[in-house]
Amino acid sequence: MSARPLLEVRDLAMHYPAGGGWPQPRRHVHALDGVSFELGAGETVAVVGESGCGKSTLGRCIVRLVEPTAGEVTLEGQALSELDAGALRAVRQKMQIVFQDPYASLNPRRTIFQSVADPLRVGGVADAGQRRERAAATLEQVGLGAEFMERHPHELSGGQRQRVAIARAIAMRPKLVVCDEPVSSLDVSIQAQVINLLKKLQRELGMAYLFITHDLKLVPHMANRVLVMYLGEVVESAPAHLLEERRLHPYSQALFSAAPVADPAVAAVRRRIVLKGEVPSPMNPPPGCRFHTRCPYRQPRCSDEAPALRPVLGRLVRCHFAGDAGFPPEPA
Amino acid sequence: MKALAAFWRRFRQNRPAVGGAVVLALVVLVAAGGPALYGVDPFDMVGRPFQPPFSGSPWLGTDVSGRDILAGLVHGASVSLAIGLIATLAATALGVTFGALAGYHGGWIDEVLMRITDFFLTIPSFVLAVVLVAIFSPTTASVTAAIAIVSWPSVARLVRGEFITQRSREYVQACHAMGMRDREIIFLQILPNALPPVVVVASLMVATAILTESGLSFLGLSDPNVVSWGYMIGVARSSLRTAWWMVAIPGVAIVITVLAINLVGEGLNDALNPRLKQR
Amino acid sequence: MSALLELRGMSVEFLTSQGVLRAVDGLSFSVEAGETVALVGESGCGKSTAALALLRLIPSPPGRISAGQVLFDGRDLLALPDADMRAVRGGEIAMVFQDPAMYLNPVHTIGRQIGEVLRLHKGLGREAAQREAVELLGLVGVPAPAERVREYPHNLSGGMRQRVMIAMALACRPRLLIADEPTTALDVTVQAQVLELIRELKQRFGMAVLLITHDLGVVAETADRVVVMYAGRKVEEGPVAELFRDPRHPYTRGLTEAASWNLRGDGTFAEIAGTVPSPLALPPGCSFAPRCGRAIGRCRTERPVSVEFSARRNAECFLAGAAP
Repeated sequence: MSARPLLEVRDLAMHYPAGGGWPQPRRHVHALDGVSFELGAGETVAVVGESGCGKSTLGRCIVRLVEPTAGEVTLEGQALSELDAGALRAVRQKMQIVFQDPYASLNPRRTIFQSVADPLRVGGVADAGQRRERAAATLEQVGLGAEFMERHPHELSGGQRQRVAIARAIAMRPKLVVCDEPVSSLDVSIQAQVINLLKKLQRELGMAYLFITHDLKLVPHMANRVLVMYLGEVVESAPAHLLEERRLHPYSQALFSAAPVADPAVAAVRRRIVLKGEVPSPMNPPPGCRFHTRCPYRQPRCSDEAPALRPVLGRLVRCHFAGDAGFPPEPA
Repeated sequence: MKALAAFWRRFRQNRPAVGGAVVLALVVLVAAGGPALYGVDPFDMVGRPFQPPFSGSPWLGTDVSGRDILAGLVHGASVSLAIGLIATLAATALGVTFGALAGYHGGWIDEVLMRITDFFLTIPSFVLAVVLVAIFSPTTASVTAAIAIVSWPSVARLVRGEFITQRSREYVQACHAMGMRDREIIFLQILPNALPPVVVVASLMVATAILTESGLSFLGLSDPNVVSWGYMIGVARSSLRTAWWMVAIPGVAIVITVLAINLVGEGLNDALNPRLKQR
Repeated sequence: MSALLELRGMSVEFLTSQGVLRAVDGLSFSVEAGETVALVGESGCGKSTAALALLRLIPSPPGRISAGQVLFDGRDLLALPDADMRAVRGGEIAMVFQDPAMYLNPVHTIGRQIGEVLRLHKGLGREAAQREAVELLGLVGVPAPAERVREYPHNLSGGMRQRVMIAMALACRPRLLIADEPTTALDVTVQAQVLELIRELKQRFGMAVLLITHDLGVVAETADRVVVMYAGRKVEEGPVAELFRDPRHPYTRGLTEAASWNLRGDGTFAEIAGTVPSPLALPPGCSFAPRCGRAIGRCRTERPVSVEFSARRNAECFLAGAAP
């Protein structure tokens, strides 16, 4: 049994060509740059950040829906870039993805049974009877009874559709499931249903999750570790409980501060950090530290020198001043 | 079955469409059973030429050569419908294949297939049909083939557009993620979603095909061994001012049939519109 | 003191192919001058419909306001002639929508769009309107407003577009701002900026705000009072701190617990089982009964009446008075 982690990501980069072209220099969208981390079997790593940070691109690169422009993704010791089409198809059984929008992620013309049986058929379950049994069992596991099998997606609510999407993803018992904002499109009362389901399935099936979200409130009780991303880079990587106590990167601090808290008593007294300005365009990331244009604590060094992701107090932080006493200061 | 019932309910609500369907059904009945019930051969001389309609036998009068116009109507129905239907089926099959492959794969496959399609689109379709039939001498087969050849590009463009839209949808991405092969994704997953607009276009294309065939016949480019409505109009062309019925009667038949098909096509469009789309 | 805005028993219906759909059923609440009231509920509860209805923006057909009054400063808006209503819209009551990309005209510059409000309501000429538009952009925190005023919506980011919408809404210093999910489409840090802006402007101009949202975090941070809706009806109302601390309706309780993302003893998050009923097939009795953990027999047959605890503190539940 290999001691290697289930998933290893090394220096992953994704640059999309976007405009320009002769005679002007071609421009690129820097969706991902130098992302590295590991994920063990049965673990959950949360990836948080706002739009343009690259978290969705990261998810798609890992399940190989897009080819990264640089870097390597290794699943159970196999480097994905070295696999030919046939081998890749086999490896795909081990990693699946659940998308954000439950209305777009199911084929409107196929019944629920067909959607859940598709991965079984593609995965080599040749016998139709067996597919039916397994599909029914999987739907049962996500809390949908047999009466849902012959329905079409438009007859189901958002939460129910998302359960079907989850059933489809776990049908072949993958080792890794990338959850790309799985509950962002759902009502609050349904979000908890789906999160509880994901946790239950993880306990029952031992899958690892890469949990992509912009909603920080979900993170503490879902994840073992958290990656905070900004403009394509990981700016802080920490065990969830450490990050909950304290944030060491100014952006993580601002992000946590900005997230509204559903408790008026707390909301009335806490001090918020409101960042100035907007997220810069990923086509033109700022020089040096990518966050320096909005950082309340920036120094001249920040625009000259790009900080590396370095170990600080039990986590990794991409900031020149992380680890300095009292940095970043709590808002006054 | 439930989907079919829902579709029928929506279609039924569109009165003009139902009317069109009824008329179309009548035309089909005439085409199918007419020649058996009314056994007069349309090429037979049954009386004096230039007999006006509604004045004794034959009921709709005779044409320039004394042939029975009613017989021509009845036999012509099956010719027009058959050519319209077969040409449309061929054009649709060809167009769907081109469009699906081009739209799904993109890249150079798309470029090549679309340049071929563009070539056919830039030549005025009727003119091209005339040229094709003239080259391959007029028979029912060549007429049908020519109509199919000038009709498929618009289907291809439509299907390509649908596939381009659908291929980036998340359900397709989920199929990629599970390792589904392209062939399966194209035919099993995307095509059922891309078909509704194609059905509508195809139904309207039948009408256009009938009109094109009539046009070709009018110009003398039809199978000389077969009576079609266009043929009837063609032979009567020079007598238009004296014997209007020889042109008007088959002309009205064409108009009614084409109108009926158009109404049905619109009804299909409304009825097939996915409520399956987002809330 | 009479309220600035008062809804009395407003009902909104839509004629659909499957029958009459009542999207809003007998909604009553009030907004005082200068206060922020949050209208909270999940999708399909009717909150957005209610907001559009009070400004008479519901397309009719197929919709219509079937009952009730909307009193603004004592005048019933539903009874106003069209010309007067147009003066109210934008002039005294302004509205900001969720997705500015959809509500800004892509082929007009933002200067022109803001100017349009000024020309319609204040009768300003083109140049005067343009100058004031620049000032308004500065007011809402758009950097370099004199240059920005000539740009088109697609040149701006989501947060900027929302600021432009707010500028348009403020052009005539309305007394009531209706904000329909103003930050739902925005990133969390931009959301913080926009909410901060609304808070500042509200204080500066003494506006009242009717905030429509499903995000309880936003409610907790910005609202003075809360009105909770479910399946077209108001189920609870009260001051924000009290509502969160001591919710009297089981739905409110379920929502606040779910929104807190606190882990329960068994390691799960508090959820509300089941799904929202379709407005075309509402259950008899209390609409929430099928999902309610505390429903008694009466809840399934009789529709509950509103229990008033104090002024503007009420809940529509047979068990509201009892201890939790």
